[in-house]
Amino acid sequence: MKFSESWLRSRVNPPLSSDALAHALTMAGLEVEAREAVAPPFTGVVVGQVLSAEKHPQADRLKLLSVDVGQGAPLAIVCGAGNVVVGMKAPCAVVGAQLPGGLEIKAAKVRGVESFGMMCSEKELGLTADSEGLLVLTSNAIVGSNIRDHLNLDDQLFTLKLTPNRADCLSVTGVAREVAAITASPLQPLVIVPATVSFNTARAVTVDSPLDCPRYLGRSLKLSNTKAPTPDWMAQRLTRSGMRPRNAVVDVTNYVLLELGQPLHAFDEERLQGAICVRHALAKEPLLLLNEQSVILDEHTLVIADHSGAIALAGVMGGHSTAVNDETQNVFLESAFFTPAAIAGRARAYTLSSDSAHRFERGVDFNGTEQALERATSLLLDICGGTAGSIVEVRGTLPTRDAVLVRPDRVRRVLGIELTDARMAELLTCLELTIKAVPHGFEVIAPSHRFDLAIEADFIEEIARLYGYDNIPATPPIAPLSLLPVGESRRSEFDIARVMVNRDYQEVITYSFVDEAGEKVLSAQPSDVVLLNPISSELSVMRSTLAVGLINTLLFNLSRKQERVRIFELGRCFYREEQGYGQRKMLGGLISGTRHAEQWGQTPVCADYFDMKADVEALLLGVSAQFSAAPHPALHPGRSAEITLAGKKVGWLGELHPALVAHYGFVQAPQLFEMHLDPLLQSSVPHYQETSRFQPIRRDLAVVVDESLPVATLLTALKEAQVGGVSELTLFDLYRGSNLPQGKKSVAFRVVIEDTEKTLNDSEIESTINVLLTILKTRFNAELR
Amino acid sequence: MQDLQSILDEALTSLSSIDNAALLEDAKARYLGKAGLLTERLKALGKLPADQRPAAGAEINRVKVAVEAALQNQRDALAQRQLTQQLASQSLDVSLPGRGLSPGGLHPVTRTLERIQQLFHSLGFDVADGPEIETDAYNFTALNIPENHPARAMHDTFYLDPRHVLRTHTSPMQVRYLESRKPPVKVIVPGRVYRCDSDMTHTPMFHQVEGLWVDETVTFSGLKGILTDFMRRFFEQEDLKARFRPSFFPFTEPSAEMDIGCVICQGEGCRVCSHTGWLEVLGAGMVHPNVLNPLGIDSERYIGFAFGLGVERLAMLRYGVNDLRLFFDNDLRFTRQFR
Repeated sequence: MKFSESWLRSRVNPPLSSDALAHALTMAGLEVEAREAVAPPFTGVVVGQVLSAEKHPQADRLKLLSVDVGQGAPLAIVCGAGNVVVGMKAPCAVVGAQLPGGLEIKAAKVRGVESFGMMCSEKELGLTADSEGLLVLTSNAIVGSNIRDHLNLDDQLFTLKLTPNRADCLSVTGVAREVAAITASPLQPLVIVPATVSFNTARAVTVDSPLDCPRYLGRSLKLSNTKAPTPDWMAQRLTRSGMRPRNAVVDVTNYVLLELGQPLHAFDEERLQGAICVRHALAKEPLLLLNEQSVILDEHTLVIADHSGAIALAGVMGGHSTAVNDETQNVFLESAFFTPAAIAGRARAYTLSSDSAHRFERGVDFNGTEQALERATSLLLDICGGTAGSIVEVRGTLPTRDAVLVRPDRVRRVLGIELTDARMAELLTCLELTIKAVPHGFEVIAPSHRFDLAIEADFIEEIARLYGYDNIPATPPIAPLSLLPVGESRRSEFDIARVMVNRDYQEVITYSFVDEAGEKVLSAQPSDVVLLNPISSELSVMRSTLAVGLINTLLFNLSRKQERVRIFELGRCFYREEQGYGQRKMLGGLISGTRHAEQWGQTPVCADYFDMKADVEALLLGVSAQFSAAPHPALHPGRSAEITLAGKKVGWLGELHPALVAHYGFVQAPQLFEMHLDPLLQSSVPHYQETSRFQPIRRDLAVVVDESLPVATLLTALKEAQVGGVSELTLFDLYRGSNLPQGKKSVAFRVVIEDTEKTLNDSEIESTINVLLTILKTRFNAELR
Repeated sequence: MQDLQSILDEALTSLSSIDNAALLEDAKARYLGKAGLLTERLKALGKLPADQRPAAGAEINRVKVAVEAALQNQRDALAQRQLTQQLASQSLDVSLPGRGLSPGGLHPVTRTLERIQQLFHSLGFDVADGPEIETDAYNFTALNIPENHPARAMHDTFYLDPRHVLRTHTSPMQVRYLESRKPPVKVIVPGRVYRCDSDMTHTPMFHQVEGLWVDETVTFSGLKGILTDFMRRFFEQEDLKARFRPSFFPFTEPSAEMDIGCVICQGEGCRVCSHTGWLEVLGAGMVHPNVLNPLGIDSERYIGFAFGLGVERLAMLRYGVNDLRLFFDNDLRFTRQFR
């Protein structure tokens, strides 16, 4: 809602500066979003009248003017404007004037001729960014008067950012009413005298849908001169509210909309065919709107129709066929109350927006319908001359305002302040509502212009608002204290993130929506969770894997010469389920570049599968996960694994597939992993196991096995055998060489044997090792090396 | 036969001039070895008359002890010299950087989220998590935003199908959380939210933290107290100014918007605060009875307050980040600054 301060002050004029007024509005919930001066500061500019204009003796394009500025002899002024006409009135900066931009007007010779001032354009006065010729003033401008007064330039434009509940403030009258309430200043009433009815309006009106349109008023107007100019004061108010003056009829309807908040519509009487009917549209009924947009309507849409069919989208926009134009003489003026439910969402459904729909869907004062019609009538008759027909009214059941019990005790309890009953009543009374004392409180009835006051809580807000949110103290809350449960067998997401951070990973956050192409190449199950209204095609599907964002981040950083990239992301991935959507939190990582940041004393080595696997294992500390070779469409088939926990697949890791390395143009294949986050958050409370007081025995066990046999299979078999006394079993060497038979490798395990009861003797140790060796020999055909 | 004194003198002179451990041990043999000069003297004691033996023996011993001491001295001196040389040869340029991995870092949004959680945790707020694909019912209807309500238009919603949206705020978790728990409850819900909007100051995805406290003693005054306290702790500015303005959210009544004094210019007026001296930081209010009543919560007995704050906004103000979009570019030169 935009309006000029002077218009507002013509209705309510509190003893506050502009700054204080803006602050008061903001603190009352009508946020002043912007304030701008109508004109920049300048001095010494008056209304001048051109008495004569002669050609400059030395310059073809310049004229020598004689200008009456209301005092002393006329001034000789050299002027280059093209629109100079003898008799015209225009702003004249006299000697000594200070113009915007620091220009000071002095007497000067222009091409040898003395000039004592400057005729001004709008641009020179800082009123517009660009303009051509002098600013032409109306003939009634008083010669010699200050241009700032004449054009009312010491005015400010207020723009309010109104919340959807305050439709009542979508008019100057509404804002004035609010200012009156919050500043306890009197509201100047708007005197509207009903027009004299000169004839009976012949056009009939029927309302087929009285629930959507409980009140419809219309009247015919026979206008004498619809080309009469809109008066300056009205044009100025419209312009300062951001509306461009067009013609008297349109301007008056717009003016009343701004003044009273009631949208009106003027039909060209001659172009209407038969009776007006307010009804729902027929399926697929076409309508060409006055903005020349063509819409195909549905049955949920309320329209105004005549015998030709739909002629307006009710409460949203008029139609093209019956719109007023320059030839219009007589109009049929509509002032109606459409319920918010009937209009809400309709404009948006047809990708329209209008001042009318904006107001109707939020709620228009249903008791102001007639007043607005009379106001528009009298303004039109004033401007155009003519006569008014009788008002045709169709009236259904208007909304009701129920009495609400407001309990002062409840108000005090919710707000947490001490406020007397009397003060509450006083505050509520400011709102033009009906208030009555009853046992336990007040019974209040909201006025017809407030659609947001329906329950006690709404009135509590009003009391708080008028009392001033700032006057309510900020107090520490009072509540019983108790410690929160802290589960020790659960790690937080921050804990997981820190594991990654401590292993030299940088966290990234990428969009949850990605491009479909990335999904197709990087996901094992490309996403079919598609946005209906994506912001762009690159952000059109919900990701099924974090890999897309990680790869994109790698590309972004490589292109910025960041060659060593180690990143992870923690976030949801999405997939379809039978009922709705699955959305699982995942942890994904990517490394590319050298194992360590380039540093002295180390030969740079490219990070490989096992570097990343160590990071994944660090995450899985205390969880017995299995890694086994498994294909993944985005990964190198020989360098990728799936991660399983208790037989359930919870993730994967591996090197990007060579084909994709080429596809993305990477110099080096990045390593990637992705895991379900949930199992990583599970941990366990440690339980102490007795440590032996005796020395542990270490034995190495090297065997030769088939190259194709995964080491993990051997280790698992050894561990699962649970050979007594074996406390540790680790791989410490892997050897392939020419001194081994073809297709064989040597694997060396370190075995730690302990007994909590005694020192083990050689034969006990030997027999333990033999048990392990037998397992390897019999199950895996291993040979002792 | 050389007299003892001259043996001693010779030994002291020669031992102290030896600078090699092996030669020193050879020299030791000359005096104290099996056929050493002093050993010979001791062996010869038996040939002396019995009454001279004690004195002569004592004399030889005195010399022997002195030679042994000299020998040890020289050993120590040599060892010391060797150690000094070794240390000199082993010294490092200790100013060289350490080797291996250095830590990475958290994203500034995560860092901010953790800080927010810590602060509210210290007041006993639980932390909950909710779905990002949300039903239209939870995202809007249960929050008192019926279909076609103008507030829906304000939300620029991403739709997956007519019934499912990407949550436009973390507020649906108010409802989900209260469905499974009875008051009193005290919870915050951090998470990603989505709006179909992208320009200089909007990204289509961002983070919010929702807060909810439902109890018998909750008041609007207490809401102001907690949030003012939070902002002061978050920015570590004890004198941070705060103000609350009436606002509108369909799921709270009364509703408020909170401004803090600009933390960039300290209220003097700057570009960040649009020269107003104030920064809008969050929306809040008392939970609307239309939200509580359908959940079977007696809104006469229990009063709730709720708030929702934008995490990127706080992170930008806290760390002086001047472009929202930087958070999602993930330029390592940016993210590394928050280690």
